[in-house]
Amino acid sequence: MISKEKFLLRMENISKDFYGNQVLKNVNLFVRPGEIIGLVGENGAGKSTLMNILFGDTTIHETGGFKGKIIFNGEEVNFSSPIDAINMGIGMVHQEFVLIPGFTAIENIVLTKEPTRYSFLSEVFGYKLNVMDRKEMKKQAIKAIKMLEVELEPEMMVKEMPVGYKQFTEIAREVNKKSTKLLMLDEPTAVLTESEAKIVMKAIKKLAATGISIIFISHRLQEILDSCDRIVVLRDGFVQKELIPSETNSREIAENMIGRELVKDIWKSKEIRKFNESILEVNKLWVDMPGEQVNGASFKVNKGEIFGIGGLTGQGKLGIANGIMGIYMTEGEVKFKGNPLYLNNPKYVLEQGISFVSEDRRGLGILLDQPIFWNIAFTAMQIKDNFIKPLLGGIIKWRDDKAMIKITREYINALKIKCVNEKQFARELSGGNQQKLCMAKAFALKPELMFVSEPTRGIDIGAKELVLNILHHYNSKYGTTIIITSSELEELRSTCDRIAIVDEGRITGILPPSADPVEFGLLMLGKKSEAKEVLTDEGKN
Amino acid sequence: MKGKINNIIENVGLPRIIIFFFLVLLFALAPIVGISLSISINDVIVRFGMNGILVLSLVPMVKSGCGLNFGLQLGIIAGLLGAVISIEMEATGFAGFFMAIGIAIFFAVILGFLYGALLNKIKGDEMVVATYIGFSSVSFMCIMWLILPFKSPNMIWPYGGTGLRTTISNQGYWFHILTDFLQIKIGNHIAFPTGTILFFIFLVFLVWAFFRTKTGTAIVAVGSNPEYAKSCGVNVDKMRIISVILSTTIAAIGIIVYEESFGFIQLYMAPLYMAFPAIAALLLGGASVGKASIKNVIIGAFLFQGILTMTPSVINNIIMSDMSESIRIVLSNGMIVYALTRTMRERS
Repeated sequence: MISKEKFLLRMENISKDFYGNQVLKNVNLFVRPGEIIGLVGENGAGKSTLMNILFGDTTIHETGGFKGKIIFNGEEVNFSSPIDAINMGIGMVHQEFVLIPGFTAIENIVLTKEPTRYSFLSEVFGYKLNVMDRKEMKKQAIKAIKMLEVELEPEMMVKEMPVGYKQFTEIAREVNKKSTKLLMLDEPTAVLTESEAKIVMKAIKKLAATGISIIFISHRLQEILDSCDRIVVLRDGFVQKELIPSETNSREIAENMIGRELVKDIWKSKEIRKFNESILEVNKLWVDMPGEQVNGASFKVNKGEIFGIGGLTGQGKLGIANGIMGIYMTEGEVKFKGNPLYLNNPKYVLEQGISFVSEDRRGLGILLDQPIFWNIAFTAMQIKDNFIKPLLGGIIKWRDDKAMIKITREYINALKIKCVNEKQFARELSGGNQQKLCMAKAFALKPELMFVSEPTRGIDIGAKELVLNILHHYNSKYGTTIIITSSELEELRSTCDRIAIVDEGRITGILPPSADPVEFGLLMLGKKSEAKEVLTDEGKN
Repeated sequence: MKGKINNIIENVGLPRIIIFFFLVLLFALAPIVGISLSISINDVIVRFGMNGILVLSLVPMVKSGCGLNFGLQLGIIAGLLGAVISIEMEATGFAGFFMAIGIAIFFAVILGFLYGALLNKIKGDEMVVATYIGFSSVSFMCIMWLILPFKSPNMIWPYGGTGLRTTISNQGYWFHILTDFLQIKIGNHIAFPTGTILFFIFLVFLVWAFFRTKTGTAIVAVGSNPEYAKSCGVNVDKMRIISVILSTTIAAIGIIVYEESFGFIQLYMAPLYMAFPAIAALLLGGASVGKASIKNVIIGAFLFQGILTMTPSVINNIIMSDMSESIRIVLSNGMIVYALTRTMRERS
């Protein structure tokens, strides 16, 4: 029955792998003219790859193309570059703004499509020296803005605009291309306030009413439910389910997104541990970390537990650890072992016995151009005066290379770091071994509390398990409290005693790993009210 | 065998090997064009002693990631102040020499602190800004040399009675105080400046030892990855300032040793270009914008001074015209250009 209908876009059996890593498997996506499709899925479910294939993103071709068929407007197409896609009438609004800050809204909207007038210079040098027709430019831009029914000052410079206006400008630019038949919006509301987002959604509906089809990616479920005609849920590269908003609810969407049946038994093998004493209390934490802003997160961590922080990318889960460790500007109230912890002072925090394994391994995790033993021993040397021989009654703090090498050998053995010897440069190690190096550095401080961010990102499966085992080992042997921040929910569920989920910079809930995956999904999507509040204060009781 | 040679070439660096053989060639040519080999060797050693400390002074700033100290003149100014004040106070002999150094260190610490604080505000552009700090501070001192109330008749202009002369002799104060200390005479022409070389070795030892301490280690970490250092609780700005103070102080000592050997204190525009030969020497020694070691200092100072001494005398004798200054400028600036372009390539 589907095949008889007239579709603007038919993507059939799309598959794509990046160097053997299957990202999309036989995905089918059909879009009618004037229809709004909501595309949802976890990070890494394949949403962006699907959009990039359709938009002719060059990396797709550089990595070996894709399998399947795309029929757009009745023709089979295979765009080799975004320019081809644009010429066919496909527009894309990116998550990051692709605008020129020093240009006005008008100039950005008509960019590369400027109406021009003939001048005497064009006689000599050709059409490239035509004069821009400013009046016509303004007319076109205003027309595009009017179509969206938003208030946007056409002469305003992009750099002076609030984010909402930038988003309008970007959408208006796509609308201005007369041929646009299909518009893809990659999380257009992610950076907007609720009222701004509403205006954007209204504009999108208005556009659809004029016959433009829209594919809309968002993590805000309510938006999707309110505006879309159809919802496509992707999971692990499959189309998990297609839903009609009027016949579903956010719970069903979350269920399909996260997958109820997945790895259900992991937590069962785990003993349920009881903790009585709290070690860290965080109250209304604000962190100004670009892309991972934290807006008033509050939670408590018990002594000796492994505490997980999860959430979707860009929602602020990484900001929490970075903020407390003093990497980014932070405000709020943090108590460590009952005493207030001064923020924005990395040295002080480290001295209190808190250490950090950063998610930005190569950025601030290691000294690439220094030997392994420097990397492991450096922090402990600076903070605790370990590996120091005092000379002349302590005036001179002489570096004790022998002691550094000795401790390094211990960690190389304990963490099974693969290297030639302790003097090898950190740059020459593999990602997994660099990660172990970062952990050794944190362990060398003998911390009471340890933040570990994205411990398994970018390392192979074998190393992943080893890294998680090491964390477990230190937790059970030394009683080190560990706070793991990770994008991978399954990893958190298999490792942690409790898991906090962050959405829009706040903790939306704390669940035990045994909780229904759907509950996690709902929390990630900010649906606090519908998820059962469990265990938030369990630590106290 | 071939692998071994390749290994050596890689370790030492092709440019250094080429320059070394060029230097050997010049020494071989010297007797042929009628230049005394022993005088030449003596010249090279003396100039190595004169300039070595100035080259060494660059190391701390490179290690902390502040790049090559194109503002070396600031340290030189501190050294000059120490030198002229010690003469003004009629201090002679070792007392005078160490007094000059003491005063120089005092000024160097103050200037270095301000210089370092400024460099912390313009991270990433240190070398460009430093160049202009160096130039403008020299010009500023041109005014100061005129109006500072020095009275010693050995230093002020004979007419008018105010302002310091452009060139002041330190003879009778602390001229050759290090050079003549334990001097070893070999034959008629070679006088090995034991004192100067010992003093250089002493400073080299201090710098080496400093980088073996906790603070020194932190500075190296700041230089190789400031983000890492910050996350390890190191005060990045403070470490950078310490390194700048250290560089400025060693430069101040360096210029006093230079004057002690040279016999004259040169004021006004003389320090203007003094940063370039020192930097060129360090780069010639195998250092780069982000990495420098004591080894680079010693190899670089020796090769660079060797070339500077030998090229003009040998080539002038061959082509019978004086082009020593041109050769020196081409060589030192060419070396800097080479090193800077090489770093760009490493970065990209």
